Amino acid sequence: MADRLAALPRGGRSGWGPGITALALVLALPVLVVVGFLFVPAGEVWQHLVDTVLRDYVANSLLLMAGVALGTLVGGVGAAWLTSMCRFPGRGFFEWALLLPMAMPAYIIAYTYTGLLDFAGPLQTALRAATGWGFGDYWVPQVRSLPGAAIMLSLVLYPYVYLLARAAFLGQSLCVLEVSRTLGNGPWRTFFAVALPLARPAIVAGLSLALMETLADYGTVQYFGVATFTTGIFRTWFGLGSAPAAAQLSALLLGFVLVLILIERLSRRRARYHHTSQRQQAIRGHRLTGMRAAAAFAFCLLPVLLGFLVPAGQLAWWALTIAQTAYDAAFVRLVLNTLTLAGVTALLALLLALLLGYGRRLHPSLSVRAAVRTAGMGYAVPGTVIAIGVLIPFAWLDRGIDAWMQTALGISPGLLLSGTLTALVFAYLVRFLAVALQTVEAGLGRIRPSMDEAGRSLGYRPGEILRRVHIPMLRGSLFTAVLLVFVDVLKELPATLVLRPFNFNTLAVRAYELASDERLADCAPAALTIVLAGLLPVILLSRSITRSRDADAA
Amino acid sequence: MSRSVPSLLIAALAALSVTPGFATAADAAQVNVYSARKEDLIKPLLDRFTAQTGIKVNLVTGKEEALLTRLQSEGLSSPADLLVTTDAGRLARAKEAGVTQGVTSPALEAAIPARYRDPEGHWFGLSLRARPILYVKGKVDPSALSTYEALADPRWKGKICVRSSDSIYNQSLVASLIAADGEAATETWAKGLVANLAQPPQGGDRDQIKAAAAGVCDLAIANTYYLAGMLGSADSGDRAAAERMGVFWPNQDGRGVHVNVSGAAVTKAAKHKAEAVKLLEFMAGPEAQAWYAQTNGEYPVVAGVPVSSVLAAWGPFKADDLTLARLGELNAAASRLMDRAGWK
Repeated sequence: MADRLAALPRGGRSGWGPGITALALVLALPVLVVVGFLFVPAGEVWQHLVDTVLRDYVANSLLLMAGVALGTLVGGVGAAWLTSMCRFPGRGFFEWALLLPMAMPAYIIAYTYTGLLDFAGPLQTALRAATGWGFGDYWVPQVRSLPGAAIMLSLVLYPYVYLLARAAFLGQSLCVLEVSRTLGNGPWRTFFAVALPLARPAIVAGLSLALMETLADYGTVQYFGVATFTTGIFRTWFGLGSAPAAAQLSALLLGFVLVLILIERLSRRRARYHHTSQRQQAIRGHRLTGMRAAAAFAFCLLPVLLGFLVPAGQLAWWALTIAQTAYDAAFVRLVLNTLTLAGVTALLALLLALLLGYGRRLHPSLSVRAAVRTAGMGYAVPGTVIAIGVLIPFAWLDRGIDAWMQTALGISPGLLLSGTLTALVFAYLVRFLAVALQTVEAGLGRIRPSMDEAGRSLGYRPGEILRRVHIPMLRGSLFTAVLLVFVDVLKELPATLVLRPFNFNTLAVRAYELASDERLADCAPAALTIVLAGLLPVILLSRSITRSRDADAA
Repeated sequence: MSRSVPSLLIAALAALSVTPGFATAADAAQVNVYSARKEDLIKPLLDRFTAQTGIKVNLVTGKEEALLTRLQSEGLSSPADLLVTTDAGRLARAKEAGVTQGVTSPALEAAIPARYRDPEGHWFGLSLRARPILYVKGKVDPSALSTYEALADPRWKGKICVRSSDSIYNQSLVASLIAADGEAATETWAKGLVANLAQPPQGGDRDQIKAAAAGVCDLAIANTYYLAGMLGSADSGDRAAAERMGVFWPNQDGRGVHVNVSGAAVTKAAKHKAEAVKLLEFMAGPEAQAWYAQTNGEYPVVAGVPVSSVLAAWGPFKADDLTLARLGELNAAASRLMDRAGWK
């Protein structure tokens, strides 16, 4: 890919602009198809929605976002600060363990906690057995509620904030922090007045990923009976039978995303955050003792415990109870399918993110920026909606080719793209490109433009600058991007369900089929395998961040 | 970013594409199925079919609406021969969307009662799913129960559990009430029912059963196969909860208990129509019908097929004889009505 770029004519930067715009538009196609439904009249379905449920959808979606923002910020930034700037017992463990919940799909954690905490679950049953209370004699918070959903989503989404905040803290020039300390600021003040503002672009990037995931979540809110935009879209489509109105709700959801993206852009525009110092010393860390060390330990333990150890333990217990029957050749096939899909998609997403991110850097014209932005919007769109956005243009193309081949050549090739893995991988790319793009762009943003200029003055063409200057400097971000997309594809469900070919399943599909049939124990082996397959990349991710800091410091 | 990355990707995708049994040759004896029934609840039957006939079955599972959308957008180029769904409303909608075709099969017409199939042969019901009232034994005297309509009576205030109105099962139930009582009366009923709920609707049918068994409510509305599944569960908690519940067949003096069917339709684009019909006939045959009753606690559509001891213990019932296509027609009205009634 890079070779092709390098083959561009010297100084031929003009080829980049239209090329990037075209590429971004292809990736934006499914989202545009959905937006296109805005022009299909949905009749009085809208009046009904406005009269009855729309207010709930908006209010619940906003409340859920507020809850998740609070949870992921406090958990993610706090843990990132503690593990990067302080020394306390267990820090080495938490550094990577804090990422573990990322491997846990939100709908799986929701099922697991419901099984545990419900009125009929083991905890409450034990409580009643111990005290002799019955229903209504005591009060416990409901798991299946809006706050419950916010907690579930926060538990699995805070790692996005943690990951990017930690990378930012570790990347901060120690000098800046030391200057703050020598100016007499205490650790708290240094955190709030210096480190936090400097890390803001990274934190906001992480937060916007978490919030987009929140908006796109269907499994959790549906199971908890919280009426949000996503459940509303499905209900309008399935229950009211109005695809246009459902697509229009999706377009409205995109409006939410657009606002999020704008906020993120604005927060980034106000200042530039390039590294000013080349030399960075290893952070020695502030040593915590006594109660403070214990508090730091507890603060880091809580998310790992609730977001990973408890649900994974419950899944492992369920998996054990049915271990004899669950693992066979078909299961191995599932694992291979899932891993290959995730790997292929992750690498492709990386290539595309590099091209788009770098193209935007080369050509920050309005059309390029708008196209790249639109291509990244798929992240907040529910997978099923993306799938429909992929299905319609692909099937249209296929039917056209089929008809043409029949008249011109007398043969019918059937559907060439629809119902193939190509369509599925394309849908994944549309859905998860934002993850890679955000990471790559955040990394590119930290590279000063003077590096580009230096490269150009050496006579490098844009492709060469990308390959020789940026890619080596970006290695950490690129690795993060690949792994994030990999883990996301492992967990992806709705688009896979709609687009996959005949006789092809993934672990997520298997887990969902059993879980949605309310057979929680039977879904445990597949769910647990998703979690385990996600663990390795997550651990690699964590190590790469620590190492990149060490390498920078060397 | 080495040169080998793209070729590696292509090789990986190619490796996946040669999944055993991937549909390539159009003329081999095979049939392609889009199924809204979960893999576990159809694959064993399909394997039996292949073993008996030598016809290979290729399967994609998914949600009804998504499969229907896929079928619609693929048009006449679609590879699908048979669409399997879990409720009659969606089958009627598929017919309306013009993606199915009528087939004639004396075997199917003889086996399946007319109200459980499309008059023009566009779709056929294959198993019956009943949605009665479940009560906590010892806490509720079944003689206090009578009809669905009576559940709106204030005497049940804070005593009923039911899942969200997002569920097609509730949408179909309300559609059947609209068909019987009219829209205005049903809306009043729905408001009364919502006022009687013990907790905001949440979880699935099994969760309603568990909540009732745990004391949250006295009555639950749920499909019987969930109760059957819990009775046969490996989880002792599930079994204990299910054993506390009794089945009450409502409206026995009137129209009968609400039932729906799972069923299948031959697609308009079918390239293996003969094989698809053969598969339909197999699924309406005695072996498959008994399998539904034994394995998934559903009732056979074909008369005279023995049911499992669990189903037999709940006794016979009179089923609502509403033409099931009506459920599809009234689905949107039912959804709106539940929105207005505040049924979350």
